[in-house]
Amino acid sequence: MSHDFSLKGRRVAVTGGTSGLGLALVRLLSRRGAAVAFVARTAAAVERVARETGACGVVGDIGRKEDIHPIAIEIMWNLGRLDALINNASSLGPTPLALLGDTECEDLEEALAVNLVGPFRLTKALYGALAASAREGRGAAVVNVSSDAAINAYPGWGAYGASKAALRHMTAIWAEEAKAERVAFLSVDPGDMDTPLHALAIPDADPAELKQPDDAAREIVASLVDALPIATPALSSRP
Amino acid sequence: MTAAFSERPFAKLLVADAEGRVRHLPRAALGSLFEPGDLVVANDAATLPASHRGIHEPSGGDIELRLAGWVSLHDPARFIALAFGAGDHRLRTEDRLPPPLISPGDRLVLGPLVAVVEHTLDHPRLVRIHFTGAPADVVRGLARHGRPIQYAHASEPLAIWDTWTRFAAAPIAFEPPSAGFALDWRTLAAWGGRGVRFATLSHAAGLSSTGDAELDRRLPLDEFYDIQECCASAVFEAKREGRRVVAIGTTVVRALEAAASADGAVRPGVAIARGRIESGARLRVVDALLTGVHQPGESHFELMKAFANDDRLARIDAAAEERGYRGHEFGDSVLIERGGEAM
Repeated sequence: MSHDFSLKGRRVAVTGGTSGLGLALVRLLSRRGAAVAFVARTAAAVERVARETGACGVVGDIGRKEDIHPIAIEIMWNLGRLDALINNASSLGPTPLALLGDTECEDLEEALAVNLVGPFRLTKALYGALAASAREGRGAAVVNVSSDAAINAYPGWGAYGASKAALRHMTAIWAEEAKAERVAFLSVDPGDMDTPLHALAIPDADPAELKQPDDAAREIVASLVDALPIATPALSSRP
Repeated sequence: MTAAFSERPFAKLLVADAEGRVRHLPRAALGSLFEPGDLVVANDAATLPASHRGIHEPSGGDIELRLAGWVSLHDPARFIALAFGAGDHRLRTEDRLPPPLISPGDRLVLGPLVAVVEHTLDHPRLVRIHFTGAPADVVRGLARHGRPIQYAHASEPLAIWDTWTRFAAAPIAFEPPSAGFALDWRTLAAWGGRGVRFATLSHAAGLSSTGDAELDRRLPLDEFYDIQECCASAVFEAKREGRRVVAIGTTVVRALEAAASADGAVRPGVAIARGRIESGARLRVVDALLTGVHQPGESHFELMKAFANDDRLARIDAAAEERGYRGHEFGDSVLIERGGEAM
């Protein structure tokens, strides 16, 4: 796999694009020539990343039902079409991490809202655009960011692990169903990274032992490119 | 999901074939219709929240602005719009107060958006406006402050997610291309499995009714459409192979027929569909139409006259009425094949 493949003409949306892995993805995708729209909750951070990368910033909260369609409208407005959606925004649930017996119901609900229901809603809202891209021969993919906590039972990671396990299984089922539309669904585990989210979970982790988000972003973009057709058809620019 | 949709899985489908026969099916049986090689074309426009409430600054009066048409597709700054005065969708459109007297240059403050009236058009409700500010902020304001256009017949307000079809993609419609509510991914997969082809175009569906008889006679307003190369090729292939082209909704008929050349080929690209298609119109592309149950006089009903003569339409209407078909945006469906007699 070449490391400098161009993504020119590709249109990609990334959630949670202002920190950690999401920010690394927005930077990398933009550098490779993709048209990128990213979503995050904090207006000032969105503006900063938009200025830095030239990507289109959308202020919104994936965990809020009322935000989903406005987010989808802004994404589609700015990109015109959509080839890939990366559901990266994640919530840890309770912080500091809590045993399930100590986890408030509201904290579990929030983890599910951001890690499972939000990606479901946004994917559903953008699925028509992704399927249209697939019909046009451009290919289409949804990448859902998972975790080894989706598979292994780590004490203290209940809300996060349960929500990521549900996301991973939803991805697998959607992958089967979406074969008819030729939309690829991928679940990727970026590994333990040196990110604000990880620091929130394990404040005393040694950064030297953690993966850099830039490296994880490169792996994810490589999987994304593998999932899309190699030849980019002639791409008409939107009026 | 609001109540408007809760009955969707049980919706009915009336199939009126070219020979004048009428069949009644559950709409869920759509996936079993059509032959391998036939092409179904749907409108993938996503619906904008096109109703914006605020204040007419010069008079201080309440105003509702309903965006109704693009001045230039994808330019979020300029629109054709309809203005309404105080009151809301629970009043029938016909009974709403007229808007405050509007003049060119008037500012309308609509939540985070400020619109300036460019012209009043030749009707007191019809205006051309532009939004001030950076395009990105205007798009954000449109997406977040707007509400979907509401219908008096709906028992509760529609949320934006009620107004998007399953396959909605391009956010350019002002009211839902409602025939598309009949389709779901299961239906598309069933067609795909049987070799029935599916393509989409994007047509900026405008208002279906204004409540003003004079304005309604002019509907639909000119509407932009965007036909992708792959949709145009699919139509070309279907026609060449002598297969049927099925339009999901009147907007698809308008777009395909506006883009058709004499030989039935369809030009890709962005263009405008103007005027009505009605009785006597010669259809070059579309062989069958899936639509709702419409009332005589509505532009949708008039368009059906291009598919069937008055006699056949009357029989379809009677059959629908006898079986209690529901005739609004979220109601039942009619599939009508173009008969020789309509041409």
